[in-house]
Amino acid sequence: MKKIRKNTIIAALTALGLGAALASPALADESFRTLDEIKESGTINIGVFSDKSPFGYVGENGDYQGYDVYLAEHLGEDLGVEINYVSTEAANRIEYLQTGKVDIILANFTVTPERAEEVDFALPYMNVALGVVSPEDAVIESLDDIGEDDQVIVISGTTAETYLVKNNPEIKLQKYDAYAEAKTAFENGNGVAWANDNTEVIAFSIENEGYVVGIPSLGSADTIAPAVTKGNETLLNWLNEEIVALGEENFFHADYEATLLDTYGADYEDTLVIEGGAVAGSETEAE
Amino acid sequence: MQSLGIDVLLKGSNFLRLLTGLWTAVRISLISVAISIALGILAGMLMTSKSTLVKVLMRVYLEIVRIMPQMVLLFIVYFGTTRVFGLNLEAETAAIIVFTFWGTAEMGDLVRGALISIPRIQYESAAALGMSETAAFRYVILPQTVRRLIPLSINLITRMIKTTSLVMMIGIVEVLKVGQQIIEANRKTSPNAAFGVFAVVFLMYFLICWPVSRLAARLEKRWA
Repeated sequence: MKKIRKNTIIAALTALGLGAALASPALADESFRTLDEIKESGTINIGVFSDKSPFGYVGENGDYQGYDVYLAEHLGEDLGVEINYVSTEAANRIEYLQTGKVDIILANFTVTPERAEEVDFALPYMNVALGVVSPEDAVIESLDDIGEDDQVIVISGTTAETYLVKNNPEIKLQKYDAYAEAKTAFENGNGVAWANDNTEVIAFSIENEGYVVGIPSLGSADTIAPAVTKGNETLLNWLNEEIVALGEENFFHADYEATLLDTYGADYEDTLVIEGGAVAGSETEAE
Repeated sequence: MQSLGIDVLLKGSNFLRLLTGLWTAVRISLISVAISIALGILAGMLMTSKSTLVKVLMRVYLEIVRIMPQMVLLFIVYFGTTRVFGLNLEAETAAIIVFTFWGTAEMGDLVRGALISIPRIQYESAAALGMSETAAFRYVILPQTVRRLIPLSINLITRMIKTTSLVMMIGIVEVLKVGQQIIEANRKTSPNAAFGVFAVVFLMYFLICWPVSRLAARLEKRWA
């Protein structure tokens, strides 16, 4: 028994050591490919979601589609290279960039200060914020409309939950683990409103009659941007120039109309789209 | 509940994509199992070694495999090797390495169990017949071990096939991932597709694993 325990400890320590070695900053030199290297190789590796409709998903014939993919296709064309799509998950996007296994991540990647320390974000191409949807006969247009005994539905672990707990602790929350549960609860009138990412609540209000997004943009407005490996300046600069140039031809509005219009409707086009990397109202912030 | 959403599988090449995903999962597990069996026999022999050092080392190896979730191993092998050694492994190669690393340890433990279950008298009888230690192992012990081993290792195959669903984390699109892709792509037109698609995926896993586990049961009966 004693022996086994000793061995287990040794095993655990070895595992820890291995983990620590891997967590330390990359020992290998530059793990990314520069713009010229990508052009020379003739292929660019772009990480996208393969199951997040309508941003990145796979159509019935196995081809990648969506708002992010529409941009990726255009980048590939302008670079004059083939695109190799890599199916990424939310949890491994940073890892893919840091190891240089993809050149660009275009997977609905929200810009946050923490992430910006790990990867380099290019200019943004979409807005995200929180939104609050409510029944049309009792529209909640501001958080002040929520009564003392009213409950707001949120999904556990989402930004909506974090935001409300932090900034409006007086609001009573009703938490659900899954999207489907929250949806059912909301439809059954268990709460006066439902707070979630604004794209989610807008899509919900369009798909379901009788609901209005009273607060389309709440909390800090975040943006979605392409990301490259930290330090890959040539590619980052090219991307930024490309996004500004695309803005001049209203590319992202065309992208919206081709991929997001069915889900979010025309009313929210200007709320969601960022053209040429310029965030509305605060041009400097885009830098 | 108008439709269970199985119809989405008939759109375009969806069903073919699902089968391709299934083949990816089965291919990874078959290759890994084949290598694991070969290396596992070696590992099992080392586990029964007389040297304490070898035994401790093998014990540590087995414990690492058991403690570490396969997901962590996948990340270490796929991303970690690139970070630390600058080695760029194909995702599928990384998956096979992880599954083999895991399979060899489990197989080794099974071999160890099978080896010590062979009664001492078998060794002694072989020696009495004038066989060398190697010959005794090769002609007397190993054949009996392999018999006891086959049913057990087949169970390992089914476990491996089921665990392949983790390889989506390193970008491999296997059957479950294709299923999720199909469900998401049809979220608006067939909201119930999740039920039908997952039912079909379940059936596919079942059709692959069931015959394998029946075979194990039959061999167990015949050779026990």
